[in-house]
Amino acid sequence: MTEMNRRSILAAGAAFGALPLHRARAQAANSIKIGVLNDQSGLYRDVNGPGSVACVRQAITDLGATLRGMNVEVVVADHQNRPDVGVNIARQWFDRDGVDMVIDVPTSSVALAVNQVAREKNKVYINSSGATSDLTGSACSPNTIHWTYDTYMLAKSTGGAMVRAGGDTWFFITADYAFGHALERDTGNFIRAAGGRVLGQVRTPFPGTTDFSSFLVQAQASRAKVVGLANAGGDTINSIKQAAEFGLTRRGTKLAALLMFISDVHSLGLETAQGLVCTETFYWDLNDNTRAFTARVLPNMPQQLRPGMGQAGCYSGAMHYIKAVLELGAAAAKADGAATVARMKAMPVQDDAFGATSIRADGRRITPAYLFEVKAPGESRAAWDYYKLLQTTPADEAFRPLAEGGCSLVRS
Amino acid sequence: MLEFLETITGVPTPLLFGQLLLGLINGAFYAMLSLGLAVIFGLLNIINFTHGAQFMMGAFVAWMLLAWAGIGYWGALILAPLIVGATGVVIERLMISRLYKLDHLYGLLLTFGIGLMIEGVFRNEFGSSGLPYRIPAELSGAWDLGFMFMPIYRGWVVVFSLVICLATWLVIEKTRLGAYLRAATENAPLVQAFGVNVPRMITLTYGAGVALAALAGVLAAPIYSVNPQMGTNLIIVVFAVVVIGGMGSILGSVITGFGLGVVEGLTKVYWPEASATVIFVIMAIVLLTRPAGLFGRA
Repeated sequence: MTEMNRRSILAAGAAFGALPLHRARAQAANSIKIGVLNDQSGLYRDVNGPGSVACVRQAITDLGATLRGMNVEVVVADHQNRPDVGVNIARQWFDRDGVDMVIDVPTSSVALAVNQVAREKNKVYINSSGATSDLTGSACSPNTIHWTYDTYMLAKSTGGAMVRAGGDTWFFITADYAFGHALERDTGNFIRAAGGRVLGQVRTPFPGTTDFSSFLVQAQASRAKVVGLANAGGDTINSIKQAAEFGLTRRGTKLAALLMFISDVHSLGLETAQGLVCTETFYWDLNDNTRAFTARVLPNMPQQLRPGMGQAGCYSGAMHYIKAVLELGAAAAKADGAATVARMKAMPVQDDAFGATSIRADGRRITPAYLFEVKAPGESRAAWDYYKLLQTTPADEAFRPLAEGGCSLVRS
Repeated sequence: MLEFLETITGVPTPLLFGQLLLGLINGAFYAMLSLGLAVIFGLLNIINFTHGAQFMMGAFVAWMLLAWAGIGYWGALILAPLIVGATGVVIERLMISRLYKLDHLYGLLLTFGIGLMIEGVFRNEFGSSGLPYRIPAELSGAWDLGFMFMPIYRGWVVVFSLVICLATWLVIEKTRLGAYLRAATENAPLVQAFGVNVPRMITLTYGAGVALAALAGVLAAPIYSVNPQMGTNLIIVVFAVVVIGGMGSILGSVITGFGLGVVEGLTKVYWPEASATVIFVIMAIVLLTRPAGLFGRA
C-alpha cells in the first residue's frame, strides 16, 4: 500500500467517523432523553417494570404533533432494587449518556439514593413508584417531583379508614428497608393520633422473604385487631395468600394492605383478595378519561396488565415534563434541571390519567386519594373489574401538610 | 415446665411450639430441594444451579395443567415432575453430558446460565407478580392445635416430603439400582464392563433429581405465589444447606434441611431481621471447622 493510499483511507475514515457525530449534535439541539429506571426483573416488576416504559412511550405518542419535531428518546434500565446499582446507572446516564430526566424509581432505598445524584448533577427526577414521604420531607430537592403516592398519604387514607372502622390495635409486618420503615412510621402516627395503639412489629428481610407464616403467627399472637402490611408487590401477595391459609381473617383479624396495586389483586384472585381495602390515586375504570388512556396503552402493556397507579404516574409525569421542556426550549431545559422543575411546578398538570392536578413547592404533586374495596367474585362484572370506590380524599387533604414535612424548600 | 421454658426463652411457649412447627415445614422444602441437588452431585459431580428454575417450573407446570388442561393438584403431583424431569433429560443429553470430563466450574456456569435463561423466558411470558393456585379442596382448612392454627396443607407437605426423602434414600442405599448408581460413581468403566449402560443411568439420575425439584415446586404452588423468581429466593439457601450437610451426602442433606428450617424459624422469633442471614453464618462456621460438611466424607 502506498503512502498516498494509506493517508486517503485514514482521511476517509476520519470523515466517516465525524459524520454521525455531526448529525448527533444537530439532533441534540432539539432532543431530550428520558431514562426509565425501575425493577425489570424482581418482585416489583409488574407494578412498574416494562409497564412504566409503555406508559412513558404513550405520553410521547399522545403529545404527537404538539412536540413540533422535538425528538424524545427513552432509555430503560433495571436497578434490581439495589441502591448501589441504581446510583451507578443514574451517574452513567447523566455523565455519559446525556439523559436529562429520570423517571419511576420504585424501592425507597434506591429512590432516595438517586434523589441525591439528580440534585448533584442538576437534572430532573420524577419519582412515580417510590413511596417514602421523605422525598418531599427531610430529603426534598429542587430537582425532584414525587408524583403518584407516598407513605403519608397511604397511611392517612387506608390506616385512617381502618382505625375509624374500629381497628384500634395494630401489629405491623414491615419490609426491612427505607420504604417499610417510613410506611410503618407514618401509619403508626395516624393510629396513635386517633387513640389507637401499635402492639408490635416484625421486620422481614428484603428482598428474599417468601414465607411469611412465622411472622403472621407472631402477629396473631399479639391479638391485634389489624395486621398492617408495610410491604409491597410480591411480598404483599405472599403475605395475603398465607394469611388466608393460616385463617387470620376468618378469626376476625383485619388485614391492612397499606400499599397494594391492581396487578397484586389480579395475581391473588378475587377469591383471596375480596374485602381488602387499599388506596390508589389511579384506577383504570375510574372515569371515561382513565378508560380511554387504558385502552390506548393496553396493547403495549406486558401480559395485558391494566396499568396501576405507578405506571399511570409515569405517563402523567413524562407528559408534564415534556410540556415544560417545550415551553422552555430543549436547550434551556437540558442545561438546568432545577429550572425545569420550577417551570413544572408553575404549570397546571392536566392529563387523562389523573385529570387536573398540581405540584407543591416541596415537590409533592397532589392528587385525590381513592379508598377502594376489592370486590367479591360475584360482584365483578368484567375482566379487571376489581374495585369499588369507598371514599375520596380531596387532593389538598390527601397528603402531608406543606408546613409539617420539614422540607428546606418551604419558607415558613 | 412450660413456665420454665417461657422464662429461659423469653417467648410464650405456644408461640415457640408454633415456630418450631413452621420451621419444620420450611425445612421440608429445603430437604426436598437439597436432596435432588445431593443426588445429582453425588452421581454426576455437577453442581446443578438450574435447580431453582426447575423448582419454579414444577409450580408453573402445575398451574398450566390446571389452567390449560383442567388437570388438578393430584394429577399435577405426578405429571409435573415427569414433564420437568423430561426437560432435564434433554438438557443433560444435549449440554451437560459434554462437560463431565471438565472442571466442576464449567458445569456450574452452564447450569447457572440455563437457569437464568429459563427464568427470563417465564418472566417475559408471565410477569413477576405470580399466578393464583389454590389449595386442593381435600387439604384445605386447618386444625386448631390450641397453641396454633395449623393449615392441613402444611401438615401434608411435611409428611409427604418425609416419605419422598425416605424413599429416595432407600432406593439409593438399599436397592440393586442404587448399588449400580453408587458403583458407577466410584468406577464408571468397571461398571460399564459388567454390561450396565452407565451414560443412560446418569441421564436418568439427572432427570430424577430434576423431578424432585419439580415435585417440591408443585408442593409450593398453593402456598407461595407462583412466580418466576420463586426459585431464586429459595435456591441460595438450599445450596447453603447442601454445603452444611456435606456435598453429595443424601441423608446429610435431608437432616440438615429440616434442622436448618427449625433454626431459621427460631431466628424469625428472636431476631427477624437476621433470619435471611443465619443459615449463611452457620455455613461459614461449618466450613471453618468441618470443611467436608457435617455428614460429608473428607
